[in-house]
Order: sequence, then C-alpha cells, then structure tokens
Amino acid sequence: MADRRLLSGNEAIGWGAILGECKAFFGYPITPQSEILEFLATELPKVGGVFLQTEDEIAAVSMVYGSSMTGTRTMSATSSPGISLMQETVSLMAYLKVPSVIVDVCRFGPGSGMAQTSQTDYRQVTKGGGHGGYRCIVLAPSSSQECCDLVQLALWLADRYQMTVYVLTDATIGQSCELVDLKTRDFGALPDKDWVIRGLDARGGVRQGFHQHMWDYVGYHQDMNEKYREIAENEIKYEAYCADDAEVILVAYGYVSRMAKGAVDLVREEGLKVGLLRLITLWPFPTNTLRELGSRARRVLVVEHSSGLLVEDVECALQGKVPVHLLGIWGTHRRDSSGIIYPERIVEEIKQMESVA
Amino acid sequence: MGEGAVIKQQVVGKPKAVQLDFMPFKFCPGCHESLVWRALGEVIDELDIQGKAIACLDIGCSGVLMVGLAVDGLHCLHGRSTAVAAGVKRVLPQAICFNIGGDGSLCAIGAGHMVNVMMRSDPITTIFLNNSGYGMTGGQVAPTSLIGLRTTTTPEGRDVQSTGFPLHLSEIAATMLGTAYVSRVSVHTPANYQKARKAIKTAFQKQMDGVGYSLVEILCACPPNWGLSPLAANSFVEEKLIGEFPLGEFKNVDKIEYTVDPEINRVGRVKRG
Repeated sequence: MADRRLLSGNEAIGWGAILGECKAFFGYPITPQSEILEFLATELPKVGGVFLQTEDEIAAVSMVYGSSMTGTRTMSATSSPGISLMQETVSLMAYLKVPSVIVDVCRFGPGSGMAQTSQTDYRQVTKGGGHGGYRCIVLAPSSSQECCDLVQLALWLADRYQMTVYVLTDATIGQSCELVDLKTRDFGALPDKDWVIRGLDARGGVRQGFHQHMWDYVGYHQDMNEKYREIAENEIKYEAYCADDAEVILVAYGYVSRMAKGAVDLVREEGLKVGLLRLITLWPFPTNTLRELGSRARRVLVVEHSSGLLVEDVECALQGKVPVHLLGIWGTHRRDSSGIIYPERIVEEIKQMESVA
Repeated sequence: MGEGAVIKQQVVGKPKAVQLDFMPFKFCPGCHESLVWRALGEVIDELDIQGKAIACLDIGCSGVLMVGLAVDGLHCLHGRSTAVAAGVKRVLPQAICFNIGGDGSLCAIGAGHMVNVMMRSDPITTIFLNNSGYGMTGGQVAPTSLIGLRTTTTPEGRDVQSTGFPLHLSEIAATMLGTAYVSRVSVHTPANYQKARKAIKTAFQKQMDGVGYSLVEILCACPPNWGLSPLAANSFVEEKLIGEFPLGEFKNVDKIEYTVDPEINRVGRVKRG
C-alpha cells in the first residue's frame, strides 16, 4: 500500500530529500523554512546522512560545496535573506560545475522583510542569483506532493547537469498541510562523477586542476551556453489548465497558481473562456508554449505575489503580440504582510480587464 | 662530489608532496611562504598522507602556495576555506582535511567560521599565515597589523583609535574547549623552521587521532608590503612581529574532557517518548 501522509510543504521537502538519497544537509534556521531543518535533523542521520546546523547561510553553502565535491548528494534550505547570503558560493559552484540543491521558502522582501508569504525572489533565482552571469534551474512546487517530488527531481537534475538547482516555494506552500504519496521517483541514469575530490588515492594518484577553465574563460561561457540550450530543450515543465480554448491565459506559479486555478474554475462556471499556464520550471522558461497559447488568446494576465517580476519574462516571451496585464502584490486581501491573493480577487481582475476591452 | 661517488643515503631533497611544475613559482623575494610549502610537503611525506589529504585553499598569497602541493585540493572563496574543509571532513571523515589562509582570510572576512570550527571541534587543521597585512591585494591593514605599521590604507600608520589592536587568533583558539592543538611558530631561522615543521606534524597527528580542531599560526615575512629588503624583513619578524605575537605552544591535549549533565539533558522543547 502506498505510504500516504499529511505533510506540510516543508516536511514534504524533507521527505523528498530522504527519498532522493540526499546524504548531507547543511543549513541555518530562518522562518518560514525551519521545519525543513528540524525534520532533517531527526531523519537524515537515520539513513546514514550528515546533518549540521551551521553558523550562518554562508557556512552552510560553503559546506554544501565541500561536501558535494566529494561526490555526496548535498542540499541546503533557507529563505530569502539566506538566499542572498549564499550567492557568492552559488556563483563559485556555477563556475566549478558543482551539483547542489538549494530550497528557498520565499518570505516577504526586500530587506529582512516579514516571515509571511511572497514571491519576491523570482528575479534573483531565475537569473542565477549572484555575480558572473550564470544560470540555475528553478523548480516551483505548488503543493506538498510537488515539494516531495520536485526535490527528488532537483537532486537528479543537479547531478545530471552539474549545477545548482533551486526549489522555490513560499511560506504558504511551506506551511500548508496536504496529503502526500511518499514515492521514490526514478528519472533515469546519471553520468559518473569523475570529477570528485576524495584524495589522490581515490584517483590513482593523479592530480586534478582546481579550475577546469582557468585559462579559458570564453570557453567556460560558451560551454555553459551550450548546456543551457540543452536544458531548455529537455527540462521545461508546466501545467496547462483549461488552456486549449482559452481566450484569456493566466500565468502563475507556486501558491498563487493554486488561487489562479480556483479563479479559472469560478469564471468557467460563468462561461468565460479562461485558462492557466502554471509554471513548474521557472528557468528554463516555457517561452514557446506561452507564445503558442498567447497567439490564440486575446490577452494574458500574470498573477504574482510581487511587484511584477515574472511579468518581465512573460512580456519578453510574447514579444508585444498579445496584451499582458499584471495582478501583483496589490491584489492581496490585506495591505500588511499577511495578505494573500485569493481566487475572487483574480476573478474580479479578469472581469474588469474584459469589460475595459 | 668527486668522480665516481655514490649516493648512499639521501639526506636532503624535494619532498614528494611538493610539485614544482604544476604552476610557476610565484613568491616574492624574501617571502616565507615557500618555507611553509616545504615544511608542509615534508610533514605530508613523513606522515604518508599524500593520498588522503584534501587541502582547501583560501584566497590570497596562501592560495598560491597550495597549487605547488601535490595533494587533492579545493579552491575556496575568501575566508570560506575553513567552512569548506569542515564540510568535506563531515562527509569524508577518513580524509585529512586542512585549510590554508592568511590573516585577511582567517582573522577578518572568515573570522566567524574560525570561531565556529573551534566551537564545534571539527577535526580539521588550519595553517594560518600571519604576515601582519594583506599580501596579494598590495599591503592593506589587516586585523593582525602591528600598531603603527604604515599600510596603504593606514598611510600614517595603524592607529588604534580608528583600526584597533592586533588580533591574536591563537590566544583566542587556546581558550576554546574544542581545540586540540594550537601553536604559533615562525620560519625565519633554521631552528624555528624545524619547530614549525614539528608543530604542523603534531597538528595533523591530532586530526588523525580524532582529538579535535588544530591550528598552526606561522609568522611570515612580507618584504614588498613592509617596504623592507628580504634580509631586513627577516629581522623584522625576529625583532617586532614576535614581540606582538609571542611564539609557543598554546594548547596541546590528547583528549578533550567534558561532561554531559543528565539533568540538563532532560530539559528542552523536544520531549523524548
């Protein structure tokens, strides 16, 4: 019988780490992420993994780097300010092609912000996050089930492409409890880790250079562009909901996509042809799919819990051929940090948009 | 050596763990780092740990040093080599993990990691090169700079009103329960070189014995940034640097003693069933 449990998104991420054979976790407490840390403090040692609460996120990600270089599946989790603190080493890992998974349970920003939900980290994580012009894969679960499944996928993708994969959730997904089928996901064979550092004895005494690209920075960026193209060809994930005949396309991810789905159901009852493109990979971005859906639609409405970050990528993909509207953070039901965007508010926006047209 | 002489016993030579052709030799005339390089190579040979050593090299001149050491290594960001080494050791306890950094790396930008590896008693070894300033970036003031020293960012000399007092990392380390071995040495005379070599060997031995964290601080001359000739810089170590940073073994224990109070162990938010 399937192992079915009631789990918060954060606990589901912990389970995803265990099922995905993550063997080391380094992290620092921050609301709304701390349950991931607490879960793995108990559970990871039981499966022979290493858990350590570090002095800060900088140390956490430094240890992720060191641990991953030994060939150990390693991850960390934090929330927005912690993501900023980690960026220098994320950039180093991009340069040295080191696999890692970093979960960002997004809280309200900028600054220390508030611990409640938001989607204000979109631009940072989808554009790499730190200095140097690199990219990271970004997965955006919208349920506890997806938290569990996508962390496993993230661990696989990190090893497959030797890069950092972010799992971007938010306080709402992280703290809401839902039923989860605990299943081990198999994504296929992975390349050998012939680059690991475990002492010269492990490599027959042969010394390995510290920098693969020390004398060829142009080559680094060319190689990476090639890899980014490959990822964009193979790894894009999304869910198109009622999108085939849609005259209005909503675009959303994370908790907001659940609200958008609710809005689609509400307006469909009234006969309005509205569909949803729910993003699962934020990078790579489903440019072609959006373009195709957009070509059949009258307008596109981006709903996101921020000032308008995802909307930039949507506008870029649609090339000005379809009008793009934005329902941003002003769509939340309260003006303080406890506000969230409800389906009714999205419905109101759709109707207003359509009446003006 | 006369014609027909036969070498019966080699008493001196290049340590196996020192590799000269990996990268060009980059040290300035009179720099003490090449001596540290040799001492490390000799110790790694003596302990026969070349195959399982993992070096985490920090940013700065100390990083240049590492490329000539024929062991597996990781390139680390400024100040982070301590945390990286601790991370490697956690998942690969059989490796001999050590990091090398200067006073900028370990006393300024990465000072927090130093205190925390000492606190956690991570069984790694840190080789700390103290040359009283920032070498690679061209002679700025460091936490370890001597009071009054004219650096490019304290052109009138280090002024305590503005930049404070020299930081004594070894003395701090010795007060931490988690440290197994702490020593400050120099390499400015042959006798001191031998002591430095012995200290490095003891520090690695503590790690191999699983006692706890070990630190060797090595005072190094930096002639260009001190504006001194190699010879004068060597004398400056003897006359001034050791005055501020006394040499010696600050801690050497074979076991870290501690107790767990069962009453405390019953208290806390997490209840045991």
